Amino acid sequence: MSKQMMLEVTEVEPLTPLVTRFRFEHPEKAPLPIFSGGAHVVVEMPDGEMLRRNAYSLISDPNDASGYEIAVRREETGRGGSRYMHSEVTPGTRMRISVPTNLFALDPRARKHVLIAGGIGITPFLSHLRQLDLLQQPFELHYAARSRDEAAGLKLLPKSARIHVQISDEGNRMDLGEILTDQPIGTHVYVCGPEGLISAVLDAAARHGWPKGALHSEAFASPPPGKPFTVTLAKSGRTIEVSASQSLLEALEAAKVEIDWSCRGGACGRCETKVAACDGQIEHNDHWLSRDERAEQKKIMPCMSRFTGAALVLDL
Amino acid sequence: MPNTSFSPSIESRPTYAGLVPQGSAPSIMIADAEGAEAIMDLAERDAAVLDQAHLIYIPKGAKFGSKLAELGAKGYHEEASLDAAMALINRLLGSAHMGTQLYLAGSEGMMGRVSALALSLGLPLDAIQMEHRGSIGRPMQCVHCKGVTQDVTTDPFTCSHCGLTLFVRDHFSRRLGVFQAVCVDAETPGVVPEIQEITA
Ligand code: FES
Repeated sequence: MSKQMMLEVTEVEPLTPLVTRFRFEHPEKAPLPIFSGGAHVVVEMPDGEMLRRNAYSLISDPNDASGYEIAVRREETGRGGSRYMHSEVTPGTRMRISVPTNLFALDPRARKHVLIAGGIGITPFLSHLRQLDLLQQPFELHYAARSRDEAAGLKLLPKSARIHVQISDEGNRMDLGEILTDQPIGTHVYVCGPEGLISAVLDAAARHGWPKGALHSEAFASPPPGKPFTVTLAKSGRTIEVSASQSLLEALEAAKVEIDWSCRGGACGRCETKVAACDGQIEHNDHWLSRDERAEQKKIMPCMSRFTGAALVLDL
Repeated sequence: MPNTSFSPSIESRPTYAGLVPQGSAPSIMIADAEGAEAIMDLAERDAAVLDQAHLIYIPKGAKFGSKLAELGAKGYHEEASLDAAMALINRLLGSAHMGTQLYLAGSEGMMGRVSALALSLGLPLDAIQMEHRGSIGRPMQCVHCKGVTQDVTTDPFTCSHCGLTLFVRDHFSRRLGVFQAVCVDAETPGVVPEIQEITA
């Protein structure tokens, strides 16, 4: 778990009916650590009995130490973190925020950057764009959203011939084949958005002969809700109930079981936990374990993954 | 002669997985000396690799030129030396698009220099396929004068630029595409270990 700061919400601005921007500053206006494009913070939300922690990409200028900004899309079917942000948080609210971590940085070896965003997946690119501006490196941004209500980025994006917006409700679609053809040597591709977009980009890139090393992705993942289940801890013999709207990591934390974590979105690998016994099926929702590791069911990423079946025993 | 397999060493010592055909994609193929055989093996596995291939060959005295020319690559160019070929390689790589396949086969000196150029153009390492054939002579950079001596086959060896007696190390610089060599008798001038042939 990374170092945290208590910050104060100074601005709450609805960007669209679905997406709201929040700005955090230090209560005494002390400078905050600067970050790099693509970084995220983890926001702590004391939601009733439960302590929720959600990761959000920073959308403000990486070199601006006066505050951090995030954009949160309201997810009606989520576990409640985004609803909490939309309904409980107002200017003046103090919240615990982690220092920024970056799992989606621009590749310093790239000569050109092609950024592909879907929906709320635009957020990490907003800080990338500021950094690219500073670096004066060539780029293009392709931004697809279902509707203008969802397209929060429209308000925050600069006007540029290098920024292409496709709203599918208006009949515009992204042509991945065209985007990935004729890109000069040294181009790297970054994609962030829903699972379907990420796999479509990675598949199209593979078909066009792109090397894996030039492809970067960040799934916009928050732990999905699911059916309640029970886990047993091998060392203490304790059993812990995971509710429908809780992740396994949150349930372990609520039971005061210390687990290391960073991204809380199945990408960094920090929360990897050994499975001592498994009679049933682990629903692997992470991007960390390999296909073989998933099939073996000997490891689980508690920040994202769930379980159905008779018994799951963790090596804790 | 198959792809050379090098004995395990430190992590920076490159190993070469061997060429795997990627079908009929735009590609740049560069081979020197016995590296020609790796290209012929590649084409035998899938002739389509030549459809959109620019093949550059530096014979260094080997006799594979006419066979390579007959393979049927879209473009075939023979060059007298790597130095002479670099202008063309630069031009082909510089105007290539992502998705272009890069196949290198032959000496470590050639593969190191071309892959360093490709990396400097922003191509990731996994986009570069390499197969080692022929001489195990190494490109060695003297860490003292920075000069590179090509095709070093003994350890220690004499720097062709400053004349120091240098110890051959496995430490490889990807940025420069060369191994690093350090003075072997810096503390006891003239006391030099017995010269040995380098092994793979
Ligand atoms: S905390 Fe990053 S993978 Fe679970």
